[in-house]
Amino acid sequence: MSEQLHYALFTGCTAKQSTPELLSSTLAVADKLGIKITILEEASCCGASHLQDFDEFLAHVLNARNICYAEKLGLTMITICNTCQLNSAMTKHALDSDPELKARVNEKLREVGLKYEGSSEIKHFLYAIIDDYGLENVKNRVTTPLSMFNIAPFYGCHNIRPSELHGASNGNENSYTPTSLDSLIDALEGNPVNYSHKNKCCGFHVELQANHTSEVLAGNAMVDAIDNNADLMVTPCPLCHLKMDTYQDSVGKVVGRDIELPVLHMPQMVALALGCSEEEIGLKFHVQKKAKMLFSEAQTA
Amino acid sequence: MSSTTAGETRKVTIKAFRFNAETDYLPSYKSYTMEVGKDELILDLMNKIKWEHDGSFSYRRSCRHGICGACAIKVNGKAVLACKQNAIELLDMFNNDITLEPSSKKRAVKDMIIDKGDFWEKHAAVKPYVVADVDPHPEHETKQSIEEFNKFLDSDLCIQCGACHYSCPALEANEEFFGPAALNAAYRFTVDTRDTAGKERLELTAQPSQGVWDCVKCFECAEACPKEINPIEKITKLHNMQFEQGVAKSNVATRHAEGFLRGMSKHGFLDEADIVLYSEGYLGMYKHLTTAFKMMKAGKIHWQDGIPFIDNMPKIKNLDEVQKLIQISQTNKL
Repeated sequence: MSEQLHYALFTGCTAKQSTPELLSSTLAVADKLGIKITILEEASCCGASHLQDFDEFLAHVLNARNICYAEKLGLTMITICNTCQLNSAMTKHALDSDPELKARVNEKLREVGLKYEGSSEIKHFLYAIIDDYGLENVKNRVTTPLSMFNIAPFYGCHNIRPSELHGASNGNENSYTPTSLDSLIDALEGNPVNYSHKNKCCGFHVELQANHTSEVLAGNAMVDAIDNNADLMVTPCPLCHLKMDTYQDSVGKVVGRDIELPVLHMPQMVALALGCSEEEIGLKFHVQKKAKMLFSEAQTA
Repeated sequence: MSSTTAGETRKVTIKAFRFNAETDYLPSYKSYTMEVGKDELILDLMNKIKWEHDGSFSYRRSCRHGICGACAIKVNGKAVLACKQNAIELLDMFNNDITLEPSSKKRAVKDMIIDKGDFWEKHAAVKPYVVADVDPHPEHETKQSIEEFNKFLDSDLCIQCGACHYSCPALEANEEFFGPAALNAAYRFTVDTRDTAGKERLELTAQPSQGVWDCVKCFECAEACPKEINPIEKITKLHNMQFEQGVAKSNVATRHAEGFLRGMSKHGFLDEADIVLYSEGYLGMYKHLTTAFKMMKAGKIHWQDGIPFIDNMPKIKNLDEVQKLIQISQTNKL
């Protein structure tokens, strides 16, 4: 690569709170790959599609403010959460295609000395790795091949739908036949598990108000992965991770199955293959107990 | 993969779901081999099965130009309108391996034909028509501006094909849920300036279990719609309108949406522990104690400020900007 890749990282809330392992493994992977990261410490919550239900205009103003800080640096903004990706991209699309809305939002931003231009791209770290860095380059840096693991890719809704909105930012991934995570698992020499729920919903967003729905959706996905012989699951979305890592006991009761499935964040899986430290990968932060063994298991391969 | 150019055809074997509710205990899948040309539609493939292979193969078809909504089926799980979907495009997408199935296998009556009773029942429940006191002898027409008309224009393009309805995972798990098509219809007539039943529809669609709050935000409906209506966008608008028009009652779902601002005003970030407590209330927290304990043990929970000596909630830089923007941009209240 001729020029060093440099991105503005929008961490989102979970990487700063309940999933510190997502942030540490992201930074470790970037460091191993020689990708420069500037954390947007000014960036706020994206609203997670819930603030949007309450007050869509306010959500646009706050997301535009986040994007302003990436624009100030002249960098592409990368996200490490599918929902941050979707909500930021939806604001970008709304403002870039509606000059009147953009003007109304900028009128508010002016009060805090900011202006949204629309000059920064927004993409998930997964697609930065695949489309900008290149899988061949990743493959060359693998020190701990994941060949002993059957890995179920779980794409998470907000990275792949609506496909028209994501367009080039997710490499025009087809939402019915997504391939990015599968190819990444391949590049790390793991065995991708093919199962029909890989592009389905985990139920996270209705965890509180429609708990049964949430548990059924998470259960269907995990059981499908297990029945197709998965040793672990990997997802680019910390919300999918939280739903499926934290609630395996209660989900298991709802779907009538024992569920024991480690659910890794996408950067944790890459970090494991690139030989990052146990501390950086942070498996101790997982609720699912088998996950804690994966670091030593990978080393014995 | 060979591309198909003018005059060429591709020989493929496609599978189809076969089932007769009157005679069969279980469905089966049968294979049909045929030549497919570049301009042929999925409907043409179904016609070939019926006309050249098996006359008992059953499916609904009528207008043949994407307006009646009768021929919606699924191909490899992807909702399609058979008369609008190019066959080669799908064969390319699925590596020449395609299976035709009804929109909802559990509602199959015969082959591709399903009982859409649940769809029509939910559609009817939202009063999908203009409710108005109409003067039988008006002296003027009822005028609408272009802006007023544009508010519901795309939602009015719905052909009731059921593609979104039978792609909705929330409906699969919860049969009470109205689903994206009925909610789109609720939106379409609620924003119509001639209509007077808007508040009634907003109250209906605000109900737990059946209304907008059970949407899981998967965007399957936006992906499935053959008329590019984007039903979930209309669901978000219904959410907003419930707050704007004071219909939203304080409950776990509405507090969860509004409660994001509590953490954001204090930290810039969502306060993950506080949002659960605020949405559920102290009494509702008992459900989450086991999970909270597990998360605490794994080091996942950060304490909100207010607990003496412990405050490890992260804060963003320039928090005052977020506070100011909330103050000057917030339009809705709970």
